[in-house]
Amino acid sequence: MTETAAQPSSEPLIRLERVSKSYRRGGETIQVLDRVDLAIPRGDFLALMAPSGSGKSTLLNLLGGLDRPDEGSILFDGVALESLGPRALTRWRATHVGFVFQLYHLLPVLSAARNVELPLLLQRLGRAERSRRVAAALSLVGFPDDRHTFRPTELSGGQQQRVAIARAIVTNPTVLLCDEPTGDLDRRAGDEILDLLVELNRRLDKTIVMVTHDPHAAERAHTLVRLEKGLVGEIRATSS
Amino acid sequence: MHVLRETWLLLIVSLRSLRKRFDVALVATVGFAGVVLVLVAVLSMAAGFRHTLHATGSNDVALVLRKGSGAELSSTLSLDQARRVGDAPGVAVGAHGPEISPELLVLINRRERRSRILANVPFRGVSASAFRVHPHIHLVAGHLFKAGLDQVIVGRAAEESFRGLRLGDHFTSGGVRWRVVGVFGDHGGVHASEIWTDLPTLESAYRRGDSVSAVYARLVSPAAYPRFRANLLHNPELSVSVHREERYYAHQSRGLDRFITIAGTIIALMMGLGALFAAANTMYATVSERAREVAILRTLGYHAAAVVLSVVAESVLYALSGGVLGALAAFLFFNGFEASTLNNFSVVVFRFAVTPSLAAAGILFAGALGLLAGLAPAVAAARRPIAAGIRAL
Repeated sequence: MTETAAQPSSEPLIRLERVSKSYRRGGETIQVLDRVDLAIPRGDFLALMAPSGSGKSTLLNLLGGLDRPDEGSILFDGVALESLGPRALTRWRATHVGFVFQLYHLLPVLSAARNVELPLLLQRLGRAERSRRVAAALSLVGFPDDRHTFRPTELSGGQQQRVAIARAIVTNPTVLLCDEPTGDLDRRAGDEILDLLVELNRRLDKTIVMVTHDPHAAERAHTLVRLEKGLVGEIRATSS
Repeated sequence: MHVLRETWLLLIVSLRSLRKRFDVALVATVGFAGVVLVLVAVLSMAAGFRHTLHATGSNDVALVLRKGSGAELSSTLSLDQARRVGDAPGVAVGAHGPEISPELLVLINRRERRSRILANVPFRGVSASAFRVHPHIHLVAGHLFKAGLDQVIVGRAAEESFRGLRLGDHFTSGGVRWRVVGVFGDHGGVHASEIWTDLPTLESAYRRGDSVSAVYARLVSPAAYPRFRANLLHNPELSVSVHREERYYAHQSRGLDRFITIAGTIIALMMGLGALFAAANTMYATVSERAREVAILRTLGYHAAAVVLSVVAESVLYALSGGVLGALAAFLFFNGFEASTLNNFSVVVFRFAVTPSLAAAGILFAGALGLLAGLAPAVAAARRPIAAGIRAL
């Protein structure tokens, strides 16, 4: 059965068909995802909730092409990711996916602006154009102009996450994959980041898949998907 | 092109975080420096020895020895034979007649100044013509010996290396008390390790009658050598071997040169193996510490090939830095360092020569080691699944 998140467009951007993934730990095989079917419409803001170890980060990695399923298929805008070779998958990821992590994962030796510039270095862009896009992305996420040259260690958690989001959107990807984006922030900073994600979804029509433990954060999404023991347990529209 | 740009960026990112792993990077760099220091030092010894013997020979001078003798020390010719060498075609004739230099070579024991070990020092008896046949011999102090007065002149390297050979010193040998009246140079040649005196005086002191060890002949030109040689070899009254002086001394250096080069290379290779493992260890540590950056960058779309290249480039960079340091240290500590060795039972004093080509070879050797050391950690870094890298963050 294909489960479709109830939101904006009828044609899903991402479709998972009977996707399974297991890991071996010691002599034991752990089935993390078991024949998961899921469709994510274009422009959706989907929250993925599950207890620890239920496969939500694994699912995010599969959606972002960081890992490959043992079985099943992941179709992204009609393209089966499993059909892409390593180089093509890397190119696809650079073009279509922006990642936001719980611990920001900025490079500590680079300034905020240089961190945001990293994905642009993979494109044929001049220095001036890169600078323009970096400034635009940082402005869009509400990052202060006077801190562009600051290194991550000189920024607050909320500011670092804004830089990480700017890095994720600077190439204008189709989808943002966020792994506990507010997990390391206090409530106020977390709310600001959630506001920002909602704004990106609404204004830029970014499809967002957000893994979270936090029901408060999940309620900010349009769609809530619960994973239980490697299976999709519940899909429902949120009050947002 | 993209991969190169990505490699460059990865390298910059890595080098900017070098401070965090400065100690391990330093160990790797110093390891490479040590290898290059030893390699360049040993090879500079061979180069210096080779240079000394090569600097001695001249292309237009021929050396005549008794047939079957490989070196002057085992050769004996009569003065009559020596005179016949002067009659051969191709010999240059000056104001004093044919430019030939009959010379007697014996060995005497002198103590080395530093080690105090007794060593064989060549003691050469020559006539006035020797200074025309060997024009590179020049007095640097004192005056020439006078015939029959038991006076000697001493090569500059011998004067510096052996006791009792300073200007004005006396030493006893062959029952004669010799006085050092002059010091001579040989423009880096082997004769600077010798003591020279008047030929008849040395013959008398060592009871050699009128025999000599060898005859040096200056030819009208290098091209005259084949005719000169053929004439002497086909003369039934002479039983001699004929050599170009240049080749004779080059040949003398070949065995030791080869030995030093092979031994030095083996030592350097063994040390290089150690440095290679140390560097590989460093690069594994670097890769492990950089797992975070690598995973993030690969998530952003950076290629695995760029990761491989950046790790290898970093390793090569450590190696080249170490190589430059090692070559520099070799130059500072060893270039011009004076040493002596046995050559045909006599001591040859020479100076280590750290040449630009040796330094470059040492640095390139280090670069190659760095390349090998970086490969395995680089491949390991690139093969690590991104998801695993992300999970490890």
